[in-house]
Amino acid sequence: MKETIDSLRFRITKRFGAKTVLRDFALEARGRQFITFLGPSGCGKSTALNIVAGLLPATDGEVWIDGERIDHQPPEKRRFGMVFQNYALFPHMTVFANIAFGLQLQRRPAAEVAERVRQMLDLVQLPGFEGRYPAQLSGGQQQRIAIARALILHPRLLLLDEPLSNLDAKLRIEMRAEIKRLHTSLGLTSIYVTHDQTEALSLSDWVVVMRDGLLVQAGPPQEIHDHPVSVFVADFMGFRNFFPVQVTAAGADGSVEAAGNGMKLRGKARQAFAPGASVVAAIRPDDVVIGGDAGRGNAFRAQVDIVEYLGREDEVIVTLEAGRRLWVRTAARLARGENVTVMLPPEKVIFLAAETAPA
Amino acid sequence: MRGRLWRLALYLFVLGFILNLLGIVSHVMVSSFAKRWFGTPLPRSFTTEWYTYAWNEFGLAQVLGVTLLVALIVVFLALLLGFPAAYILARRNFRGKPLLLLLYFLPLLIPQMTYGIPLATTLFKYGIGGTLTGVILAVLVPMVPLAIFILMPFFEQISINLEWSASVMGASRFQIFRRILLPLALPGLLTAGILILVNTVSNFELAFLVSGAGSQTLVVALFYNVFAGGVRPVYSVDAMAVMYMTMVMLLLIVALRFVRPTQMVFRLDQPRR
Amino acid sequence: MRRPRIGEASELDLMAVGFLLPSVLYVVVMFIYPFLYGIWVSVHPLKVPGFSLANYIAFFSDEYQYKTVGITFRLAVPNTVVVVALSLFLAYNMRRGIWLERTITTILVLPISLGVILLGQGILGFYGGKGWLNQMLLALGVLEEPLVLTHNYIGVMLSLFMQQFPFCFLMLLGYISGIDPSIENSARTLGAGPWTVFQRIMLPLIAPGLAIAFALVFVMSFATFPSAILLGQPSGATRTIAIAAYAQAFEQFDMPYASAIAVIMGLFQLAALLIIIVLRQRMVLAATMGVGKR
Repeated sequence: MKETIDSLRFRITKRFGAKTVLRDFALEARGRQFITFLGPSGCGKSTALNIVAGLLPATDGEVWIDGERIDHQPPEKRRFGMVFQNYALFPHMTVFANIAFGLQLQRRPAAEVAERVRQMLDLVQLPGFEGRYPAQLSGGQQQRIAIARALILHPRLLLLDEPLSNLDAKLRIEMRAEIKRLHTSLGLTSIYVTHDQTEALSLSDWVVVMRDGLLVQAGPPQEIHDHPVSVFVADFMGFRNFFPVQVTAAGADGSVEAAGNGMKLRGKARQAFAPGASVVAAIRPDDVVIGGDAGRGNAFRAQVDIVEYLGREDEVIVTLEAGRRLWVRTAARLARGENVTVMLPPEKVIFLAAETAPA
Repeated sequence: MRGRLWRLALYLFVLGFILNLLGIVSHVMVSSFAKRWFGTPLPRSFTTEWYTYAWNEFGLAQVLGVTLLVALIVVFLALLLGFPAAYILARRNFRGKPLLLLLYFLPLLIPQMTYGIPLATTLFKYGIGGTLTGVILAVLVPMVPLAIFILMPFFEQISINLEWSASVMGASRFQIFRRILLPLALPGLLTAGILILVNTVSNFELAFLVSGAGSQTLVVALFYNVFAGGVRPVYSVDAMAVMYMTMVMLLLIVALRFVRPTQMVFRLDQPRR
Repeated sequence: MRRPRIGEASELDLMAVGFLLPSVLYVVVMFIYPFLYGIWVSVHPLKVPGFSLANYIAFFSDEYQYKTVGITFRLAVPNTVVVVALSLFLAYNMRRGIWLERTITTILVLPISLGVILLGQGILGFYGGKGWLNQMLLALGVLEEPLVLTHNYIGVMLSLFMQQFPFCFLMLLGYISGIDPSIENSARTLGAGPWTVFQRIMLPLIAPGLAIAFALVFVMSFATFPSAILLGQPSGATRTIAIAAYAQAFEQFDMPYASAIAVIMGLFQLAALLIIIVLRQRMVLAATMGVGKR
């Protein structure tokens, strides 16, 4: 079960009538990786997956597997496994028949089929479920059967289309761990599609962030998380505080000073900005520090507006002297109306190119 | 490659069917304008005299009047009877419900010819066979269930929360009906009304079995004249057919602005959605 | 007053009964009652006092009459098979939507709305001995003699097909496109080619809809009346059972006999429906257990 592809490469464009859903969306990856397409609804991630699977034709472009061009191969010949958002189990067949379907198409002997199905059910931790029908299973169980059905054929590439979206929160966490476990033990090259950044970060070796059919940023999860290249990606990754400011000074080491809206900020940027450039400063609510000197850089006086109790921490909205609002996550138990000092550590403040503000 | 062959076959078939349909319909149209036509691709000369002939000879003014009257009254009554029933069926579950639905379904399931004969017998027995009233009552029989089954999904879509919140805000039952339900049910009423209209105008079997001299709808009159065969010139009958067709086409054009083609064959198939 | 929630079994309150009553009464009075009356009348023949099955006996002893059953079956069964098969073919291949779908479905609605009389006239003209089709085929040299397509069995079949195909097609199209496309997709990724997908996955799922379509088309074809008259030989080769019933009612003015024939017709249709239901249950049990738990 260790056989998988060594390389995957594609560049695809897809149009539906007048609408362009994927623009030159390209990827190059090695085998055994867990790759995630991450993006909001409608960004084309599922379309891209379906094209790789062969279920949709690309309007333009190519898909290469192990140096062989496969776009003209029908899906039944590609030997990929696919798991769908709504499980897509055959309702008129038992669990056994569902999982065995692919093997029976290959005309494997009945004894071998029965044994492999049994092993598969053990692998997804549903032993003895052979005789049940999909309608009798819960969502999580159906999803595991769907995974078993795909894996039993030793696919060389595993495709997963938002498999956890239809599960409730608790089940989602369990299944996420399950998928992680399977990937770790089987080492199958996988492409995973989701709009949930937690899934993307926890499961992936490589994350591809998409927007409107374009690749916006690609890299390991830490890279995307710590160093988003745009406001869009930063917003996706949990940066909730964005301040439009102007660059006053930029250092060669990437340090930036900027001012605007009655604030002066210091921080870092991965891009080179010229003084006077319009940029957006961003920081995570968790990184904001309560307390400290008001005189130090990046420190401001503020008044607490709203406090939401979250258990271990509070989610607090403060209003800065300059009038702007700041989201803060803190364990310090603040009270409404309290005056505090908030400090934005310069190493946690990033500067990004200005673009249309996130909703 | 095989897939392409299937698609080709499919399009060819559809094309063939459409050409067939066009051929049939246009033949009737051409014939209605023909002075004489026998064995040639097109008539040698054209005229519109058959229309006036048909109008006078077949008493079309009266027939059209009957058709319109029947259609409008049937639509009105079907909606009147069906609207409240659809509302209750959409909102409530109760122990006789499947049986009741079956009852409503029967006039749509059983062909009109099968129950039309006993129905005509009964109406004639009570003296209203052959009259306008009789035709209206007969054609109404399958239309009431049709109205109910078309309206039910529309009511199901109107969330009961709307009624509850209005009630919480102090609206009386009548006010809820007038200001919440009725406006929201309007698209459903429109759809149902149009479909019933089209169905009534083109209804043959029931209208035919119950008809009398002065109570023939356009289709029935058309049938009699076709059947009368050699007595009437075929061109005049075709002229009448064209008039009927124009009327139905106009109704269809209006109908299709509000209704999808698939809804026009709404015959209670188990919707998978 | 406590309002029942949707889906909650509830007693029918006064308002509900009041809302339902008019339409229920109408259907009972205008449909059930005449139906029962028709049955009652059929066993009280014109010439025999009191209860008697004379009409039914007469029907089955008179060859001219009972032949109509065979004739009608010979029309209804092939028509149903052809209509359903073609509708399935078309609807299945159009399940993901095709080019000009809206136009095509609109055009297909036409025959249903135009009605049988207009279609009958048109078929007589277009397919007749001197009609356009024959003219064209003769002119092209494909034929030497015109095809006799009207005033016979073929004419009736043509008319039945044109009326029922659009209806059956639209119904199946709706049904098939309601099946989740990812079921098909998953079968493809598991190695099933298009034919295997159809045979082992889609057909079992379409089967219930097919059964309903078959039942409805058959029942409608069995009651065919105007088509058989306009395009067939109503006193001979295409004398359907509906014609027999009509003739008794409005030519012989023997209402009891006519009602008996109508009852017989109804019974055949009921039998056919029951057979299809039973077959469908068998299919359901064998192949689709567990589907449809919504």
